Amino acid sequence: MKVKIEKRTYTSEGKTYLFYIIFLATGLFFSSLLFLTRGINPFRALYGIIIGSFGSFYGLKETIAKAIPLILCGTGLVIAFKGKFWNIGAEGQLLLGAVAATYIALKFGGSGSRPFVLTLMFLAGFAGGAIWGIITVILKIKFGVNEIISTLMLNYIAANFVQFLVFGPWKGRTQYGFPYTDNFQPAATLPLIKGSRIHYLTLIIAILLSIASFFFINRTRYGYETKVLGENPDAAKYSGINFLKTMVLIMILSGGFAGIAGVGEVAGIHHHLTFPDQISAGYGYTAIIVAWLSRLNPLFVLLSALFFGGILIGGDIIQTSLGLPFATINIFNGLILLFVLLGTFLMEYKVSIIREKI
Amino acid sequence: MSENSKGPTILGKSKKIKLLELIDIYKEFPGVIANNNINLSIKSGEIHALLGENGAGKTTLMNILYGIYQPDHGKIYINEEKIEIKSPRNAIENGIGMVHQHFMLIPTHTVTENICLGLKDAKFFNPAINIAKKIIEFCDMFGLKVNPDSRIWQLSAGEQQRVEIIKVLLRGASLLILDEPTSVLTPQETEEFFSILKKLVDNGHSVIFITHKLEEVFNVSNRVTVLRQGKVISTVPIDQTNKIELAKMMVGREIVFNLEKKESTKGKELLDVKNLYVVGDKGNIAVNNLSFKVREGEIFGIAGVAGNGQRELVEAITGLRKIQKGEIKFLDKNITNKNSRDINEMGIAHIPEERLKFGTVPNFPIYENTILKNYYKKPFSNKMMINYYTVKEYSKKLISEFSVSTPSINIPLKLLSGGNIQKLILAREISSNPRLIVAAHATYGLDIAATEFVRKLLLVKRDEGIAILLLSEDLEEIINLSDRMGIMFMGEFMGIVSPKEVDIENIGLMMAGVKKIIGGAIESKN
Repeated sequence: MKVKIEKRTYTSEGKTYLFYIIFLATGLFFSSLLFLTRGINPFRALYGIIIGSFGSFYGLKETIAKAIPLILCGTGLVIAFKGKFWNIGAEGQLLLGAVAATYIALKFGGSGSRPFVLTLMFLAGFAGGAIWGIITVILKIKFGVNEIISTLMLNYIAANFVQFLVFGPWKGRTQYGFPYTDNFQPAATLPLIKGSRIHYLTLIIAILLSIASFFFINRTRYGYETKVLGENPDAAKYSGINFLKTMVLIMILSGGFAGIAGVGEVAGIHHHLTFPDQISAGYGYTAIIVAWLSRLNPLFVLLSALFFGGILIGGDIIQTSLGLPFATINIFNGLILLFVLLGTFLMEYKVSIIREKI
Repeated sequence: MSENSKGPTILGKSKKIKLLELIDIYKEFPGVIANNNINLSIKSGEIHALLGENGAGKTTLMNILYGIYQPDHGKIYINEEKIEIKSPRNAIENGIGMVHQHFMLIPTHTVTENICLGLKDAKFFNPAINIAKKIIEFCDMFGLKVNPDSRIWQLSAGEQQRVEIIKVLLRGASLLILDEPTSVLTPQETEEFFSILKKLVDNGHSVIFITHKLEEVFNVSNRVTVLRQGKVISTVPIDQTNKIELAKMMVGREIVFNLEKKESTKGKELLDVKNLYVVGDKGNIAVNNLSFKVREGEIFGIAGVAGNGQRELVEAITGLRKIQKGEIKFLDKNITNKNSRDINEMGIAHIPEERLKFGTVPNFPIYENTILKNYYKKPFSNKMMINYYTVKEYSKKLISEFSVSTPSINIPLKLLSGGNIQKLILAREISSNPRLIVAAHATYGLDIAATEFVRKLLLVKRDEGIAILLLSEDLEEIINLSDRMGIMFMGEFMGIVSPKEVDIENIGLMMAGVKKIIGGAIESKN
């Protein structure tokens, strides 16, 4: 018996989606087995996740709040991945955005008007994330450092930098020794939808950016350059596309969007800078799955971000109601990514098993 | 194991090959007969050179012998016993070993570890332990100097080749196939390599030595077989022939002048290349002090065996590779080391040699491929947005003008046939109204109809006053199309000649680097 793997020549759009749904379902099925190992009926667990995240008013509000950073980071990653720039660093870029916004909030929060301070915070957050992104491009082009390594490492640097700030120079005088910065003045906080944690300004920005990114990729010169670079770097060279310029642009956008997500978290949810793992519950990493699940289409990021927002909330819910460790939901996420990747592989390759006659 | 071998014990059970015969080997690929009833026999203790141009069928034949391809028909005999070789493993069992042109070694592993890889006799744990001794035995016997404990990345190309040779010897090969073994070696390494070969055959091994360098054939081999267009032209003992005869056999086909061609109306000089030096991928000097000019309305052909600097020359002219020394002028402006977009905008179009790798984005729909070079220009795009309506209309126009056959402009380019992809590239490049077209292997792999389409198109453009720099391994194409031609060998021109005034024999000698026609002696005067 032999396994033969062949590249498919062409898969139609409809078939592609069918494949996706099948593999998503298979992923869900296998992750259910995880619940079985703990003696919990998987249907009950999945039911708990769905009801907890989408089935109740409270759950839905929380799901949307969680989806905001995922939309932003996910959209940014889609742009980078379109150019085959493997940005694993949305987490760090988000934190740098949060740091930049916090700086503005602490400096101008008491004096400026709210629209002024918030605008400045968003701009600073975008710039913070963008700078964190550009560093990796320069490392790649000038020194040949693989971007997967550099973006990942910069996540740790960003996280430790945030810790350094909240334990050190930025430690709040009014926080009773907790490692928080002082709470932001009202002018530096984002308005919420009443009775929820949805900082709607960031949500609107996120939705607009994801629509804009769709047009960026599919309608603009720079989107075209990004795609050529990603699909065939040799052809990009032949066409005279400037690698440095294009990569810097996509990482400004990719890192910048993650930075905005960081602004939303500090100005909308926490109102101060604190431990890195509280500012971002791994949004930068979950966004990788969000981006893949969207098939690198920024409009579908809206859906897949909502889906994963729901899973995060559902995870919280079953953690308390069924007594499962939070790690369960991480395994759950991981399995879904694995199956989506498997689905992508099987969409591009045909695997057939050949029985040899004896 | 062979009973009369004096050497160290080999691993595995394989037989001593006293006589290998290939009878009527025939292999057809879509559109081309790679091997047309080839007969070949190799005796033990012989170095047999296989000589031919690229595409003559040498590699196909050896891949059949090594079990990578199956022949459509034909028989293989070893020691007068008919055998079938279904896979490389089969070939090894029959005592046939092959050293590929590109080494198949793992750079971070040691020599011993690489040799053990896939060896059946190696132990599961610490496989290298017994093998190292055997390696040293072999090294001593054949003068293969290699340290079994060094890692591959620390070794020179010559040493890596020795590792490959030890690898096949240890697996019991008594016939070694070496595919262009000297192409990666320095002259000193080549000398050493030849002495290793001689020791091997003294020991009763036999060697098939694939090459297109005449010099080497005379240095080392006992007999030589010349292949041309998939056929054996002749097999002769080396002491009964000479370089001129072999060169003639290699290229000396009847050239049919089957294209109608007007006398070229040469205009002013467009491209002026002066004392150009370009470094290749391996740091070697690929283009060595090259000078030539191309005028309006002429086709300047560059002939030569692949790997003599043609690719690097094209890349230097089109801005894809750095120029070390020298100067390129186009329309009296210096374009040395300008980037490819600036050069393109000045009016140099480029039909690249690997059309899927460079010329296109295979996963993009056809319409996005038609604007690969000019997507940023009006009317296709303004400062920001691409106008896809205009792009699609433009694609439709190109497709009908150049009769590219496709069901739609929305399908991915990779679904088109090679001929249609090439037509699309030509359409894109020619419609940018260039003054000079650099066409590298423009008809490579195309069927007859598409080849003719491309050739005629190039001639039409020439008559319109466009300058064309044509590179091809197809000598017939160069001779048919060019008004003047340069023959390239080791990065230099062995001569710039008029195709009509030089006989094919001399071209062959120049391609093989044997003869040089000194600067312009035969070059036709305008």
